[in-house]
Amino acid sequence: MRKNEIVKILVPAGALGIPYDRAALHAGLLEKPDLIAIDGGSTDSGPFYLGTGTSKYSRSATKADWAELMDARATANVPLLIGSAGTSGADAAVDWMLDLTLELARERGEHLKIATLKSGQNQNSIIDALERGSITPLDPAPAITPQIIEDTTNIVALAGVEQIQAALNTGADIIIAGRTTDTALIAALPIARGCHKGAAWHGAKIAECGALATTNPNSGVVLMCFDDKGFVITPMAEDAAATPYTVSAHMLYENANPYILYEPGGYLDVKAAQYQSIDEKSVRVEGSIWHDTSPYQVKLEGARFAGFQTISVVLVRDQHYCQHIDAWIDALKNSFAKKAQKNGISDVSLELRIIGQNATLGALEHRKNHAGELGVMAIFTSQDQARSQEAAKLLNPDLLHLPLTPHEPMPTFAFPFSPPEMNKGALYEFCLNHIMAIDKPMDAFTLQITES
Amino acid sequence: MALGEKVKKIRSKNAGPFWLTIDIFCFDELNFQHIQKHLDTASVARLFHIEPSQILRFDIAPLQVIKFSLPRPQIQGTVNDTDMHGASFAALLEELELE
Repeated sequence: MRKNEIVKILVPAGALGIPYDRAALHAGLLEKPDLIAIDGGSTDSGPFYLGTGTSKYSRSATKADWAELMDARATANVPLLIGSAGTSGADAAVDWMLDLTLELARERGEHLKIATLKSGQNQNSIIDALERGSITPLDPAPAITPQIIEDTTNIVALAGVEQIQAALNTGADIIIAGRTTDTALIAALPIARGCHKGAAWHGAKIAECGALATTNPNSGVVLMCFDDKGFVITPMAEDAAATPYTVSAHMLYENANPYILYEPGGYLDVKAAQYQSIDEKSVRVEGSIWHDTSPYQVKLEGARFAGFQTISVVLVRDQHYCQHIDAWIDALKNSFAKKAQKNGISDVSLELRIIGQNATLGALEHRKNHAGELGVMAIFTSQDQARSQEAAKLLNPDLLHLPLTPHEPMPTFAFPFSPPEMNKGALYEFCLNHIMAIDKPMDAFTLQITES
Repeated sequence: MALGEKVKKIRSKNAGPFWLTIDIFCFDELNFQHIQKHLDTASVARLFHIEPSQILRFDIAPLQVIKFSLPRPQIQGTVNDTDMHGASFAALLEELELE
């Protein structure tokens, strides 16, 4: 890189859809960033979004926020980049985001070059890779077989800086990337321009949640300045500051190991990083080290269909039953087992969770709670929605009236709804915690250009 | 006295779908040293019904933080998972009585 060159990345928020300070975004644009980058997703809301390829956030809210960032892009005249688009970064989610972007471009009368980087993986090529020995489990990883791969509805590979750089190199105005590591979005351009690699990855990790690494997390907007030795983080909101504590503490966040971060093509080590305040709101960091590893590996995420669920809820206010709730649960289970066998629905599993006793922590709960009322949530799971509902209907009379002993007067508990059972739809499960070796970084990714 | 009453904050979060990470933020250096001495990994392992060897522990003096990372009690979002974001597991440590 040229001497004294600084690469500036403006990060508006931790993710598209999370509120941010509008004045701070405006202040950030005045700093003349080289790129506006924002994350669009995460696995943190669960496997449903990858399983279905649908977005967690509403379309209208996403569109409103994206329109503001398209405005910011037009003002700054630099590329706008989103990664892990549509929550999961699955191909369908990238298409959803592209559709929304084209709609906005039409409404705004903008002619744009849009690059999409897709991370979706073909099941057969993953099975081939598995059989070739190119897929390695991380710890802990569920066991995988070709059948499990075939059962997935979506598999994505997490893009790193190389794939994002390929997208940036197209000269697109807007880049919509599928699943990407949160950090690669921010690290790609500084690394392409020759900035310090350890600093680029470390700064990217610090900024991946927007202003979470500052004194005002909700303000969202941070400016990241990268050079040949380190990086500087500056929050753009008037009342926000980065301090050595807020910045270094961010390495703890959602990170199993606070010193080492594994990424496509290598890992970051921040043990020797030095954090220094350079003014009342900025922190400079140097000393982080990037290590290349070979072969080049990308992480995989996959979700598979795991059944259809129906949920019933009943409320127990009778103190005798509250005090003997475990015996009542056993009686419900026994009754269900008999009815399931008699009615030929033994393939439906039943789980009963006692809300007010241990529904949050399950077997790890050790408090003896004495709530004045308890909720019993009955969860029915099977391969067919109609069968799960049928099982729920079979248990409903028991949820309403089952006595603890045959000789006591028939009790009646409280159903909050009619009907008491609700079809919850499909359940998905994460089934991959694996890495895959590829020859060239673009081997598992697809780059396309669309003109609006 | 329970751990939660002795420290500034205890935070539990997913670290991806397969790991849980728990950060214990102490008030100051003295508090950190005290907690560090009295909080043993085995007692945390007992809370989660696992072996101490399954837990990663980081005592981070500059931040006055003790961090534990462990495989999630249930993989996130599976049929038996009770807490999608893993935030409630912090309560187990908050209520832990220190020796």
